Amino acid sequence: MLSKFLLLIGITLMYSTPLVFGALGGVISERSGVVNIGIEGMMTMGAFTAAAVSYYTGNPWIGLLAAGGAGVAIALLHAIASVTFKADQNVSGIAINLIGPGFALFFCRLLFKNATTTPPVQTLPKLFGNNAFNGTPVENLNVDITVILGLIVTAIMWFYLYKTKWGLRIRSVGEHPAAADTLGINVSRTRFLCVLASGMLAGFGGASMTLAIISQFNPTAISGQGFIALAAVIFGKWTPFGAYGACLLFGLAQALTVVLGGSDSGINVPSQILAMLPYVLTIIVLILFVGRSVAPKEDGIPYEKGVR
Amino acid sequence: MKMLSKILKKQITSTIIALLFGFLVAAIVLAIAGYNPGQAFGALFKGMLSKPKYISNVIIKATPIILTGLSVAFAFKTGLFNIGAEGQYVAGSIAAVLVGVKLNLPAVIQVPLVVLAGVLGGMVFGSVVGFLKAKFGIHEVITSIMLNWISLYLSNFIVSSQAYHLPNSTSTYPVNESSYTMILPKWKTSDAGMAALKPNKWLYEMMLKTDVNVGIVIAILMAVVIWVLLYRSNKGYELRAVGFNRDAAEFAGINVNRNIVQAMLIAGALSGLAGALSITGIAPHKISTLAAFENYGFNGLSVAMIAGSSPIGCVFAGLLFGGLLYGGQSVQQEVGAPTEIINIMIGTIVFFVALTKVVPALAERLEKRGVGHAQ
Repeated sequence: MLSKFLLLIGITLMYSTPLVFGALGGVISERSGVVNIGIEGMMTMGAFTAAAVSYYTGNPWIGLLAAGGAGVAIALLHAIASVTFKADQNVSGIAINLIGPGFALFFCRLLFKNATTTPPVQTLPKLFGNNAFNGTPVENLNVDITVILGLIVTAIMWFYLYKTKWGLRIRSVGEHPAAADTLGINVSRTRFLCVLASGMLAGFGGASMTLAIISQFNPTAISGQGFIALAAVIFGKWTPFGAYGACLLFGLAQALTVVLGGSDSGINVPSQILAMLPYVLTIIVLILFVGRSVAPKEDGIPYEKGVR
Repeated sequence: MKMLSKILKKQITSTIIALLFGFLVAAIVLAIAGYNPGQAFGALFKGMLSKPKYISNVIIKATPIILTGLSVAFAFKTGLFNIGAEGQYVAGSIAAVLVGVKLNLPAVIQVPLVVLAGVLGGMVFGSVVGFLKAKFGIHEVITSIMLNWISLYLSNFIVSSQAYHLPNSTSTYPVNESSYTMILPKWKTSDAGMAALKPNKWLYEMMLKTDVNVGIVIAILMAVVIWVLLYRSNKGYELRAVGFNRDAAEFAGINVNRNIVQAMLIAGALSGLAGALSITGIAPHKISTLAAFENYGFNGLSVAMIAGSSPIGCVFAGLLFGGLLYGGQSVQQEVGAPTEIINIMIGTIVFFVALTKVVPALAERLEKRGVGHAQ
């Protein structure tokens, strides 16, 4: 029983981590007033870059950093479109979702002899070293290092957004850019940087999939996690810890399907129905507990100087 | 000058600029990767247009994404972001299979019933989104994303269920033949049909080598219906008013919540129709286990965006998208360049569609400056 419980916790943390990074990316971008539908595409870019770089350098940490860089590179497109050109943010985000996976698979085929998967790559270490506690129930708590990184980044973002003047500026730009502008805050630059940060975090999210969970890149490495992260942002009411909690919930629901789905669990539910559970649960939780979600006031609206 | 700004203000100009950029960026990427862009584009267009069979397949490929594109575009006009077209499409195909496998009536009754079932399936999924938004204020994007996944697993559940699973396969039984919507499927393979088609090489190849079906006619018809609904009816005025300014619409006495539910109902119906027509019109006429989304709905998002959410524009954008997707396969076969270049290209087109939305505004500024100088 105890080992089952620990397994549940371990899997929950494992599944939720890529979502956490993606969702944090969404939070920072949307708090500054830019909707980022393109998280999925940015995560895919990150996932591929991480795997490819880790494969060629043999160092997963460089892979992780490169994934962040790749995320920034593709986020640059979103920033130019939605901030500099004040284009429709949904349209640009959809474009990112096509371009990101497109580039990832294109280069994957180029680099790895026309295959859409990379060979197995060097992964990031586990929290207590790779072979600690093997064979004991506690093994399940020896989670990937990315799990801890995700928690740390969440805490940092919370502190940054709510306890520093820069965070206040970001929030004011998202709520009332005209007022922020009057106070001398550069609205465009703030939003631009927030979108880039969003790309970096989404890139890390992709990396935490390929460098920790599946240890290679394949076409379904990122399949919908970016959209779930997007949902977690709204679910978590655009706050770092809210989004973190939402991601944990998704992770838990997924873990439940794994643990309950095992043949020895004695529960006879078709696996597809179990797999549906996380999503049904989310909708129920939204109806019962969360209710109306209020986005940052100017989320998704380009800022035009002098327009009321 | 006036001429120029007039041209720049036309939406079609922006779209054409975006298309050019799409090809340009794709060419650059191909060149960097060491392929000859000219050759690759040659293969692309040859794979799209050089044979009647190809053209027919492009149209078949385009049909579902025209409809899901319409679904997204329509919702967009009413202020809703229908990222759930994917799930509604899957729901439509599930419902069509459920009815099409179990019922076996004369085609005159069977076809409408099966298609209607698909429409209803999509409607149910769409209306859940609308209802939850209207009643509990839950953001349509979250519920849509959740329902996409629910539909995927529901589909897999149906595939594996005893009543529908085709033994020794990863799919359901195909729907009964009376539900097919291909054009004269029996006649064209009969001796008489073959003899009649033989003299016309084009028709012969199109009819016999591809699943020519009535889907495209319905898709175009729907585009017109949606256009009329949006721009030539009171209901459409209400729906657009809610989309344009919710508070103003409410103040004008429009029931906002009811309109949200109705808008999602119609959007869901369109995507469900797409799913049903894919089942009835294209082999293998059944659903298979899905490991990931097939992207009919997500491609609809791109179609709607390229079309600038214009219902009629969706037809052309859908044909273009379908053509690129289908022709893209030849790029890999003939030039060896990864087919994903097509995704990069389409992505770039969508990206520049977003960017070129600012062209009309620039034109306006240009015009104003001209007037200033004249005075």
